[in-house]
Formats: sequence, C-alpha cells, structure tokens
Amino acid sequence: MTVLELLLLAAGGAAGLSLLARREGRLGQVGTPLLFGALVLAAWQIACVEFEIPRVLLPAPSAVAAAIVRSLPILAADFMQTVAHAVLIGWLLGSGAGLLAAVALDRSAFLRRGVLPLGSLVSAMPIVGIAPIMVMWFGFDWQSKAAVIVVMTFFPMLVNATAGLEATGTMERDLMHSYGAGYWQTLLKLRLPYALPFVFNALKLNSTLALIGGIVAEFFGTPIVGMGFRISTEVARMNLDVVWAEITMAAVVGSASFAALALVERAVTFWHPSFRA
Amino acid sequence: MQAAPPAPTAAAPVVRARNLSLVFDADGQKTVALSDVSLDIAGGSFVSLIGPSGCGKTTLLRAIADLERPTSGSLVVNGLSPEQARRNRAYGYVFQAPALYPWRSVERNVMLPLEIMGMPPEERRRRAERYLDLVGLREFRRRFPWQLSGGMQQRVSIARALSFEPALLLMDEPFGALDEITRDGLNLHLHRLWRSTGMTVIFVTHSIPEAVYLSSRIVVMSPRPGKVVEIIDVDLPGERELDVRETPAFLAVAHRVREALRAGHSYD
Repeated sequence: MTVLELLLLAAGGAAGLSLLARREGRLGQVGTPLLFGALVLAAWQIACVEFEIPRVLLPAPSAVAAAIVRSLPILAADFMQTVAHAVLIGWLLGSGAGLLAAVALDRSAFLRRGVLPLGSLVSAMPIVGIAPIMVMWFGFDWQSKAAVIVVMTFFPMLVNATAGLEATGTMERDLMHSYGAGYWQTLLKLRLPYALPFVFNALKLNSTLALIGGIVAEFFGTPIVGMGFRISTEVARMNLDVVWAEITMAAVVGSASFAALALVERAVTFWHPSFRA
Repeated sequence: MQAAPPAPTAAAPVVRARNLSLVFDADGQKTVALSDVSLDIAGGSFVSLIGPSGCGKTTLLRAIADLERPTSGSLVVNGLSPEQARRNRAYGYVFQAPALYPWRSVERNVMLPLEIMGMPPEERRRRAERYLDLVGLREFRRRFPWQLSGGMQQRVSIARALSFEPALLLMDEPFGALDEITRDGLNLHLHRLWRSTGMTVIFVTHSIPEAVYLSSRIVVMSPRPGKVVEIIDVDLPGERELDVRETPAFLAVAHRVREALRAGHSYD
C-alpha cells in the first residue's frame, strides 16, 4: 500500500464521516459510529501489516477475527461458564438482595445509620482480596465467582435504592397519608415507582461491575473453562489473538447488556423527565 | 367502609375548633403557628381562610386534615377526632401543586384513592369518568399528567379529590401558581361545582377577590402568632358569574376584608 492510497482512504473516510454526522435521523445516528469504528479497524489493520507489529504485542483485526471463528466452541463454553452462570446469577442475586435490604432498612433509621457506612467499607475491599476467600468458601466452580459478584453489586444497589426510597416528595407522602394509606400501599403505589430510576442506575452500574468481577475472579482458581481462565492461560501461551477474541466477546456482552437494560429502563420509567417525549 | 358523615345542620358544624394552638418546635426554636383559634364551619358552606404569609392558614387546614398535630385545644371534624376523620376518608385535599404521579395516566391518577380504599375496578372506572367529566377533562383521560398544562393538572387533582365523594374538600392555595386567566376560569368552575354538590369547602388563599368571589364566609387571620381577626359573611347572590366582582356589593365586602387584614397586620 502506498502513501497516496493511505491518504486517499483517510480523506474519503473523513469526508464520509462529516457527511453522515450532519445527517438527521437514523442513518446519521447509527451510521456515524459504524463508519468511525470501521475506519479505526482499518487503521489498526493497516498499521499492523505495514509496520509489521509482532502478533504478541498487537494482533491485526483480521487475526482476531480468525481466532474468533476458529475458537467459537471454546468461546461458547467460556460464555456459558462466566456470563450465563457466574455473572448473570451473581448480578441478579446481588442486585435483588440489595433492593430487598434497602426496603428492609427503610423502616429503621437506626439500622440505616449502622449498615450504610459498613457498605462503603465493603465496597472499598479489593476484588483480588475477596476472590480467593470466596474460592475457599464456595469452591472452584462458578458459585465462588457469583459470590464475588454478589459482594460487589449488593452495596451499589443498596445505596441507590435507599436514596430512591427517600426521594419521594412530602406532598406526595401527605397525599397518601390523607387517603389513610398504610405503609405497604405507600411503598408499592408511590415510593417504589419513584425509586425506579435510581434502581435502574444501580442495575446498569452493576452489570459492568459484574462482568469485570466475573472475569477477574477467575484468575484466582477456576475449573479449566471461563473467560478469565482463558485470558490468563492464553496470555501465558502467547496466543494473544485468542485473548483479544475473549476481550472482544466481553466488550460485546457488556455493551449488549447495558443497551438491553437501557431499553427496559426507557420502557419502565418513560415518565421520568429524562425520557419524556 | 365509608362512615356516613353526619347530616350538615347548623347544630353540628363539620369542623369545630376550640382554643386551638399549635407550636412548631424545631431544635428548640419555637414558632407559634396558631394561637387560641376558635372556629365553627357549617356544613355546606364555602369558607376561605385568608391572611398574609405566616398567619397559620395552611397550618389550620393541615391540622383539620390530621397532617399536623395541635399542641392544645380541641378540634373536631365530622364529630370525630381529625385522625379518625382521616381514617374514615372524610375529606379530599387539594395541594398547592397538583402532586400527580407521572407514571399514571390522568384516569389512573383519579383512581388512585379509590384503589387504596379497595373499590372494585368497575366502580373505579365509572367514578374516574364521572369526575373527569365534571372538570371537563374526559377526553384527556389516557394522557399523562406531564402532557397537560398546569391548570389542567390542577383540575385533575381536583377530580382526584372528588372521586371518593368526600363531604369536605380542603384546598390549600390550589390556584396560587397559575396565571390570572386560568385562575378566573377555575374559580368559576369551582364555584359551580360547590353549588351543584352541596359539599363543604375550606379554601386557603391570599387573594382577596378570589376569597370574596368563592366564599359564603371569610375567616381573616393575622400572623405572629397566627390567630383569627375577623369572620366576615359574604352577602352576595348564591349563583355568581365572574362579573359579580365589579358590583358595589362585591367591592364593599372586599373592602371589609382588606380593612380586617390591615387591622390584624402590625408593621413592626
């Protein structure tokens, strides 16, 4: 490839981008990041080939793509182990328990004052410290990874949901009081719906935390399957294209779950000022 | 399980306050909100509480609604304590802001108190339709509150307060945040509503024309400490159009209210 060809490619890409970015509607919204991503990949590919970058330092996108196709069964097994079991179950249990705890603590200012500072202490505990402990407690399989994720996701949900339950205005509470509504009626018909935007914030935050936690926790003892296990062993075997294939999968899974949660959030809290049409 | 309110007669007022006092105590800082207030509110009347900020008019309304506890004195609502009256759903309360729930459609906002009171769905729908019709918003029932103007939202909150058919309607400066044209329209609307239902209304305001136009009786209050200065009967025709506000009789009552407000207000 000559310098001229490279310049032409860059100029064409830039012109296409500026055209697309100015377009209103779907084409501009979806097309711009797609074209931008394609240009970055192209630059990456060209750089790897032209400058002969060693595969161990940075494999070309084509090599990563080939690795993905070649190791599809391995990727599928790792996905089942790490995402479908550890991450999903840990995220559900941690977030669910955090929400239930917020409702339980809500009735007692004394407990709230005691537990919430404890929560920041637990949140500050490094995952590299708790992961080996959880392996000792729950064994090598996905259960110990799920336990790490429960610890990581419980307090963000507890703190957010508590703030959400306290966010209800006095006028709305007085209104329920004037109807003679009981604690549970007020909770279900007023305070929980009011707390939903806070709960979704925590769910989205936790989805990212859970994926990181699930992968990193596998560095500390695991059966011979899983995304974290694969990354650590393939790095040792210098198979960096497989490592990049796992990273690609993690990025896709992370973005997809975040996007799915954002869609559900939009459908459920359509009334919130940030979504109102 | 709705207790039938006692028949409104002159002998048994809907609200009876005797030597009512209420002191707020915030971290040792005592504020006397109500001092020695005695007042009877007859069934079927429209009573306005008027006075400058800090005169305790909202506090008095909130005490009647069992949203504040009086420090001393006696307060009887429908022959019961305010708390029992609240538990019997004796009153509907309209706040300064609509306080509608944004995740509920207009119709489901009106149904909220009915759900809490355990009314069957069929009856809930019928009531919501009826009272939205009454405030002229039936065709907006599937909309969400935030798709409506401020005046329309406040009308929804009035329909919500009326939906369980309380004999007593408590309104705390419900039109205070609205522009004058919208306010005029709602005043006319409220006046007709009161005439047609025969319910008792207690209305907090600091607008003299609004109080005179709407009320059969005006309670003038003064601040620091909040007390009743004068009670003025409004001798205007029962059925009132907005232009009654330009008649000499109306202006005479407005003048009396203004004088009473001035007498109760010390410019220290």
